[in-house]
Amino acid sequence: MNLSSCRRPGTQPQADSASRAGLGARAVLVAAAAVVCMTSACRQDMHNQAKYRPMRETPFFADHRSARPLVAGTIARGKLGEDKLLTTGRDGDKFSSIFPFPITADLVARGRERFNIYCSPCHGRTGEGRGMVVQRGYKQPPSFHDARLRDLGPGYFFNVITNGFGVMPGYAVQVPATDRWAITSYIRALQLSRNASVDDLTSEEKSRLTKESSGG
Amino acid sequence: MAQVFKPSSNTYSKLVIFGALLAVGGVGLVGYLINTSPFNTGAYMAHAQPVPFSHKHHNGELGIDCRYCHTSVEESAFAGIPPTQTCMNCHSQIWTEAPMLEPVRASLRTGQSLEWTRVHDLPDFVYFNHSIHIAKGIGCASCHGDVTRMNLTWSVAPLTMGWCLDCHRDPAANVRPREMVFDTTWVAQDQRALGEKLVSEYHVQPRQDCSTCHR
Repeated sequence: MNLSSCRRPGTQPQADSASRAGLGARAVLVAAAAVVCMTSACRQDMHNQAKYRPMRETPFFADHRSARPLVAGTIARGKLGEDKLLTTGRDGDKFSSIFPFPITADLVARGRERFNIYCSPCHGRTGEGRGMVVQRGYKQPPSFHDARLRDLGPGYFFNVITNGFGVMPGYAVQVPATDRWAITSYIRALQLSRNASVDDLTSEEKSRLTKESSGG
Repeated sequence: MAQVFKPSSNTYSKLVIFGALLAVGGVGLVGYLINTSPFNTGAYMAHAQPVPFSHKHHNGELGIDCRYCHTSVEESAFAGIPPTQTCMNCHSQIWTEAPMLEPVRASLRTGQSLEWTRVHDLPDFVYFNHSIHIAKGIGCASCHGDVTRMNLTWSVAPLTMGWCLDCHRDPAANVRPREMVFDTTWVAQDQRALGEKLVSEYHVQPRQDCSTCHR
C-alpha cells in the first residue's frame, strides 16, 4: 500500500514575505521576530524533536517514509482471518446466505452511518446509484432495488465491499470486516424498505402505523 | 547652595518611573500579541501542496464525509492522511486526464508517497489524541474551522497551550451532539445551554494536568 507522508511546514521553500516587502518593512519584521524570540521560546529544538510521529518524513530511507511499507505476508494481530465467514463472506465456495453474527438494531444503525460515509458518494443515500460522484461522471452502479440484487445473499454484498466489483474498488482497507457486515445489513434494510408489505407487520406495529400516519 | 532638583523634577521622576513600567508592560503585551497572532502561529495561511486538494470541493460540494479519507480519526490519536489509493477510488475513473492530478497518478505508478505539507503542526512534546475529542462531542470544526469553505487548507486555531486550555477549562463552550461532530457547518442555537447539558450527559471531564498532553 502506498502511504502518504507529511512534511513539516517550513521545510519547503515558500513565498518569502520579506522579499515582497520593502526594506523598512523588512526591518520591522526583524524587530518583530526579535521581540517574539525574546518573549517566547523560539520554535525549535523541543518543538521539532529527532523522533518520528505518524507519517513524518525521514531522510534515512530513499522514499522518505518513516512509516515503512509492510513486508509481504505480514498479518496484523487479530487479522489472521480464521473465521472464514466473517472475513470472506463465503460459505465453502459459494457466497454465504447468512450473517456471521446476529443482526441488532444498533448494528443496522452503525451500518447506516458507515454506508453514508463510504458508499453514498456513489450509491446514493437510498441505494439507487445516483450519488454525487456518479453525477460527476463515475460509472453508475446498479440500484440495490433491482430484483437481481435483492435475491442475492448477504455474503455477496460483503464480498463486493471487501474486494470490489467492476470499477468499484475494494474497501477492506478503509472499512473493517464487522463494519462491512453492518453495511451489508443496512443494504438489506434499504432493500426491504422498498418492498415491505403492511402484511409483514405484527398487529401491534400495524396499529402504531395507523395511529402515527393518521396523527401525522 | 542651590537646590539640585527643581520642583518640576518630581513630575519628571514620576513620568520616568511609571513610563518605564508601562514600557516594559507594553513590550510584553506586544510580544504576547505577536506571539499568539497568525503572524507567528501560521494560522489562516494556506500552504502550498503537491496537489491543490480542495476540502471545499470534496467535503463541501460533493458532501464526502471526513471519515472517508481520515479513516482512523475515531479510533486513534492520528486522524490519518489517506493513501494514494483512496484518491484513486474515484480518480481512476473521473478527471483521469487532469494535469493537476498527475502527481497522484505518478504516486500510484511509482509507489512514491505524495509529500503533503502539514497544516497543523503541534510541537513534538504535545500528544494530542483525535479519538477522545470525537468521542466526547468536539466537532472537527471547533479546531479545524469550516473546511467546506477552504479551497486550499489553512488552520484557524493558534494551537497555543492557552487556546487548548480555554476549552479544557470550559468544554461547554464547544461540546456538541455526537451526530453533529462531522458536520462542519453546524452551529448550536444556544451553545451554552446545550453544551452544559451534553458535558454532563457525555461525562466530559477534560484534564488540565501537565501529563494529560505532555509526557
